[in-house]
Amino acid sequence: MEEFFQQLTNGLAVGGIYALIALGYTMVYGVLKLINFAHGDLFTYGAYLGLTLLTSLALTDRLGFALGVLVLVLMVMGLVAVLGAILERAAYRPLRESPRLSAVVSALGASIFLQNALMLIYGARFQVYPDNILPTATLNVFGLYLPLMRVLIVLASVLMMAALYLFIQKTRIGAAIRAAAIDQGAARLMGIDVNRVILLVFLMGPALGGTAGLMVGLYYGQINFTMGWVYGMKAFTAAILGGIGNIPGAMVGGLLLGVIEALGAAYISIAWKDAIAFLVLILILIVRPTGLLGERVADKI
Amino acid sequence: MKHGKPFAIVLVAALLAAAPLFLNAYQVDVLNSIGLYGLLALGLNLILGEAGLFNMGHAAFYAVGAYTAAILNTRYQIPILWTLPLSGLAAGLFALVVARPVVHLRGDYLLIVTIGVGEIVRIALVNDLFGMTGGANGIFGISRPHLFGVVIRRPQEFFYLIWGCVALTIFLFLRLKQSRFGRALNYLREDEVAAEGSGINTAYYKLAAFGLGAAWAGMAGTLFAAKMTIISPESFNFWESVVLFMIVILGGAGNIAGVLLAAFLVIGLPELFREFASARMLVFGLVMVVMMVFRPQGLLPAGGGRFSPVTLTRGRG
Repeated sequence: MEEFFQQLTNGLAVGGIYALIALGYTMVYGVLKLINFAHGDLFTYGAYLGLTLLTSLALTDRLGFALGVLVLVLMVMGLVAVLGAILERAAYRPLRESPRLSAVVSALGASIFLQNALMLIYGARFQVYPDNILPTATLNVFGLYLPLMRVLIVLASVLMMAALYLFIQKTRIGAAIRAAAIDQGAARLMGIDVNRVILLVFLMGPALGGTAGLMVGLYYGQINFTMGWVYGMKAFTAAILGGIGNIPGAMVGGLLLGVIEALGAAYISIAWKDAIAFLVLILILIVRPTGLLGERVADKI
Repeated sequence: MKHGKPFAIVLVAALLAAAPLFLNAYQVDVLNSIGLYGLLALGLNLILGEAGLFNMGHAAFYAVGAYTAAILNTRYQIPILWTLPLSGLAAGLFALVVARPVVHLRGDYLLIVTIGVGEIVRIALVNDLFGMTGGANGIFGISRPHLFGVVIRRPQEFFYLIWGCVALTIFLFLRLKQSRFGRALNYLREDEVAAEGSGINTAYYKLAAFGLGAAWAGMAGTLFAAKMTIISPESFNFWESVVLFMIVILGGAGNIAGVLLAAFLVIGLPELFREFASARMLVFGLVMVVMMVFRPQGLLPAGGGRFSPVTLTRGRG
């Protein structure tokens, strides 16, 4: 039983990371009906930018851990958001009216480009986050061993997701995003600047994805230029699991997938861990293609 | 042009047939790689180019074929070339089983599922499924192929084996394209609803395209195993599938000559610029984006412009 809860908390932490990335997929898919294959790479950029800023600015030394990490998060968010906007401008906007396949291929091309640019800049080897700035404290809750980082990750991701949800549901801009997701043409007729909505989606999604990358760096300590694709595919699975285009769905899907994977690794086999997510994906698409919370996505071919 | 075309084809064929006589072993080896990728891409072209089904797990079928051949050869001493039909069959059947429940999915969902299948197959191979795949190390000691009493060992000999298969494939697939089957696939690609409405059994044709394309990948797998004499899961990873997908799109989905031209460019060109080896994937990614923006129909579009091939799915639904 203790093992079970241990794995559960671990799964929730990883799931929080998946959920943050999944939000970017689901928002882009909601508005553009495009799988942004390069999103996973933006996540990796978050991890690498985080490392560079962390080591070159020594933020945590100057500002203390809490404030230092907060400033770091904001900087990474901003930089990766800018990258997302550039990506939209260069690889997706020229293809807005093209058939879907062109956009998919462009997205893949962008992903390959981003990934290899990172490799050329940083080298192909694993990069290591410095371990002396991380809080190594461990909480002991009812005999459960909880590293502080794990708790912080879950808290931070839930907070960010809640903020995003409120933003989408309660603000005028959020309403514009929802409207554009339902029908771009109609939204345009209602005076919504769809181009700006899409730009905004490409700022917010990458900002959250980049933060997730930073979290992975801080949590696991090791990052690699190819990690975006595995995390990206899992996050996309999470988005489908929850119902693509659906923001609460992405959160639930992410957390759920993290837990399924952690329990699967513990009770089935760690060697098959990565296959579990893909099996879940295929099963979901066969059995309930709209996902758990999804309702729309009419099959228009 | 109409008269120039057969002449050009004969010229290219003659040049290719004579190539091993004046190229060194390394250059011939590059040509062999191009031929293998050409075979794989022609199989994928049937699925993606002709039928319009997004398959980004083609390396999985390639792997099934290669492993079938390797296991049959190393464990049961079946001569490697004899396994050709068996590995084709294994890969084709595997594709049918996998595609059956998902083939109705909308384009990009199918894409994701096939990526998932590709990864599951790779992970299964790494984990030494059934204790037969040798785990991460793979299978080694695959015996050399014999053909008409000749041991095929050097790149020059492999050249004729591989490009012979390519020539045969081109011939078969050109015939297939003009057949009732091929035309049905094209209708399916251009407008699934209309195809269904005019009495084409879309599910049957989709599965048939998947099975046949995968069978071709499986047979290419045998050739690969024979050429390398050692195979491991790394040769069948996701990026192999991506490169094949890109070759088909870059060449012009549905155009056999275009697909082969793209195989030459994508596999051959980087060999000319080996000193920039680390930057070649970067350039590859950039080319994909630029191509899609400026020439999405590929280098040699299919159908003489009557259809636009990249309508693979029309509009943004």
